[in-house]
Amino acid sequence: MTEFLAATVRIATPLVFTALGGILSERAGVFAVGLEGMMLAGAFAGVITAFLSGSMAAGVAASVLGGAAMAALVAVATTRFRAEQMVTGLAVNILALGLTSFLLRGLLGRGEAPTIRVSPLSPLPVPGLASVPVIGPLLFRQPVLTYLALAAAVAVFVFLMRTRSGLTLRAVGENPAAVFAGGVDPLRVRMLAVTCGGALAGVGGAVLSLQQVGTFTDAMTNGRGYLALAAIIVGRWMPFGTLLACLLFGAADALQLRVQGLRLPVSSYVIQMTPYVVSLAMLAGFGRTAQLPAAIGTAFARDRPS
Amino acid sequence: MLRMLGITKSYGAVRANRGIDLVVPPRTILGLLGENGSGKTTLMNVLFGLVSPDAGTIVFNDHPLAGHTPREALAAGIGMIHQHFMLVPAMTVTENVMLGWDAAGRWLRPAAVAERIRAASHTYGLDLEPDARVGALPLGGQQRVEIVKAILRGAELLILDEPTSSLSPPEVSGLLHVLRRLRDEGRSVIFISHKLGEVLDVCDEVVVLRDGAVAGRTRASDTDRAKLARMMVDRDVSAPVAREGGAAGAERLVVADLAANDATGVERLGGVSFSVRSGEVLAVAGVDGNGQAELVDVIAGLRRPTRGHVFVDGADVTGRGVTGRRQAGLAHVPADRHTTGLVADMTVTENLAFRDCDGPPFRRGPWLDFGAMRAAASERIARFAIRVGGPDVPARTLSGGNQQKLVLARELTRHPRVLVAAQPTRGLDPGATRFVIDEVLALRASGGAVLYVSTELEEALIVADRIAVMYRGRFAGVVRRDAVDITRLGLMMSGALTESPDAAALYGRKAP
Ligand SMILES: Nc1ncnc2c1ncn2[C@@H]1O[C@H](COP(=O)(O)OP(=O)(O)OP(=O)(O)O)[C@@H](O)[C@H]1O
Ligand SMILES: [Mg+2]
Repeated sequence: MTEFLAATVRIATPLVFTALGGILSERAGVFAVGLEGMMLAGAFAGVITAFLSGSMAAGVAASVLGGAAMAALVAVATTRFRAEQMVTGLAVNILALGLTSFLLRGLLGRGEAPTIRVSPLSPLPVPGLASVPVIGPLLFRQPVLTYLALAAAVAVFVFLMRTRSGLTLRAVGENPAAVFAGGVDPLRVRMLAVTCGGALAGVGGAVLSLQQVGTFTDAMTNGRGYLALAAIIVGRWMPFGTLLACLLFGAADALQLRVQGLRLPVSSYVIQMTPYVVSLAMLAGFGRTAQLPAAIGTAFARDRPS
Repeated sequence: MLRMLGITKSYGAVRANRGIDLVVPPRTILGLLGENGSGKTTLMNVLFGLVSPDAGTIVFNDHPLAGHTPREALAAGIGMIHQHFMLVPAMTVTENVMLGWDAAGRWLRPAAVAERIRAASHTYGLDLEPDARVGALPLGGQQRVEIVKAILRGAELLILDEPTSSLSPPEVSGLLHVLRRLRDEGRSVIFISHKLGEVLDVCDEVVVLRDGAVAGRTRASDTDRAKLARMMVDRDVSAPVAREGGAAGAERLVVADLAANDATGVERLGGVSFSVRSGEVLAVAGVDGNGQAELVDVIAGLRRPTRGHVFVDGADVTGRGVTGRRQAGLAHVPADRHTTGLVADMTVTENLAFRDCDGPPFRRGPWLDFGAMRAAASERIARFAIRVGGPDVPARTLSGGNQQKLVLARELTRHPRVLVAAQPTRGLDPGATRFVIDEVLALRASGGAVLYVSTELEEALIVADRIAVMYRGRFAGVVRRDAVDITRLGLMMSGALTESPDAAALYGRKAP
């Protein structure tokens, strides 16, 4: 049981960062379809930097920059040039996939995929609490990024719901014209929100590459960006709801891994599908009452009152 | 205080502002008048930095304002209440007030701000619940949010673009009182309204726009309604409508014990019964938000009633959808032209045709007949004097009043047997208001039945055969035209008086 819960937390952690980043973007009115690409860029930049510099801290910092750089592309294209948001997000995903594979071989491997190894971030037990049975190992004997994921959820919640900047961000996603009339440039807000969201998604990638695997493989995010997108909807664009949704998806995946170990007479592909089936079912269930930010997907331009 | 010189702004071929000069001295309430589409909103949007002018200079308190955005305008001390509300429907009143308000602080303190909203709404007689979601408020309520927002923020120059279009008479006099107080504190106000009475009442000076240029400027004490009207349209306005002593016929619209809830399950319409006969207009007066919107929505088929029935010409249409009711002869002018009246991004032609494109003359076989649609559109644009670049521009680009005319043109030209109109003259200039009233009376004369919802008592008194006053989802009373007593109606609106109307008042009486 403890093992199952530990797997749940492990699988959910990268999703949490990525989904929190997506909340920032979507609440400001920009579809976060590009999460997958931002995450992948973060995973890549993180592990390469850590490998070359030997510093894990530098690696995490680089993943922040990698995710933010991808997001900045989305931000500029969708606000400044009013590009279609879904298509821009998909384009960034494809770009990140190609770019990371290319750079991996071109920069480091002289045409071949090189072997990159960093020793993954090790658990950091919280003195005292870590020895409490069951919840000790689960909550207080985790690598640093897992603690940070929780802190990030709290921080995003406080920012969005308790500060005026957060209120402004949410208003941009609902009615940018009202924000403009209130004296704030909605395009600036969107650019910042999307870029910061990308930075968080980048850390989500770093969780995979620096904390869990210790290397980079092509397309290693493997659809987690889309899963994070689903978690946002199930969590109704709220940080804690989304955190819970990520844990649910994590649990579904952990269960799937265990069931595979039981050697049931069912194709392993069917079993691997379960997390996605669960997310589909939950979307169908919760999606109906979910309130999408009203102005999401729309471009804002001055001189065009509604 | 404010000096705008040579302001020019064109939208494509439409010249919305053609070299307008506007000077506002300190301690002045300046009225800005003009027909629908004469360029008032555009001029104010230029001043506030929402749109950038093609030419012209602005000097405010000796500082030039050029290439500015609302941020600089606000910082300079200009506040604005927008004709098309700048609110976030999904947020509460408090959140909307805190939005973009620097004095609200970095950290949100909703309880403290709610307290200030309560205090302000109490002082100024504007009824507002800080925790209500703005999207759930009636238009009048949203207007009150805009007003409280602007007042709390405080500004040296306050622009009000048609702030009273959805307010009831007591709220209007409350607002005018606030404006006088602001002036006495040394501030200035630009007040846009189509209601000449209000303008003459509160303004010190009046500037009239016509076709994007200044047509005249005068002291309010030196002028009167007729002179202002002539300045606006450059011709004498026709004499008051002659009203023919209508002969009421059979019951066309019958409403029996109708009740409905709002989205949150609170009862907003508490069981009303009445009928409107052929050749009759029943006006529904009252402060916006007392169930009028729900009544109209339920009759139009946009909202399911919790109990009760609606009959059109004897047929029970309660279970039918919007299309079924339309086929039964019902037409509907919704209160909110932006959400239910129009599709803002579709063209004028499409907006005029889309309720009737399932049959001739707009359908030919499986195809739409765009030629016929455009021809009909051009004819209606001319008949309703809709000021627009052409039939193929998006409805969004029309001025507020012209958007309203678009909805009216569509609904009135369908020769309905029953017309349900919510605030049909909202934002219309006096000429257009007169025109709508004429059309409603013409429909009445030709045997139609009209339910006319208005917050404007004056207007209700002109069109109505009977006036019902709504208060908290019920009829506080129904008065026949020959027995109208303004004081009594006022008491009913405020909830101080409830009468149980007799059958003749509720259901009308067939003319002998
Ligand atoms: N964004 C826009 N695009 C194109 N045309 C526009 C736009 N905004 C306004 N116009 C046009 O400019 C003209 C002036 O519009 P404006 O809104 O200033 O009129 P108004 O005096 O405020 O009228 P109303 O009393 O009806 O509100 C109108 O003909 C309108 O169609
Ligand atoms: Mg206007």
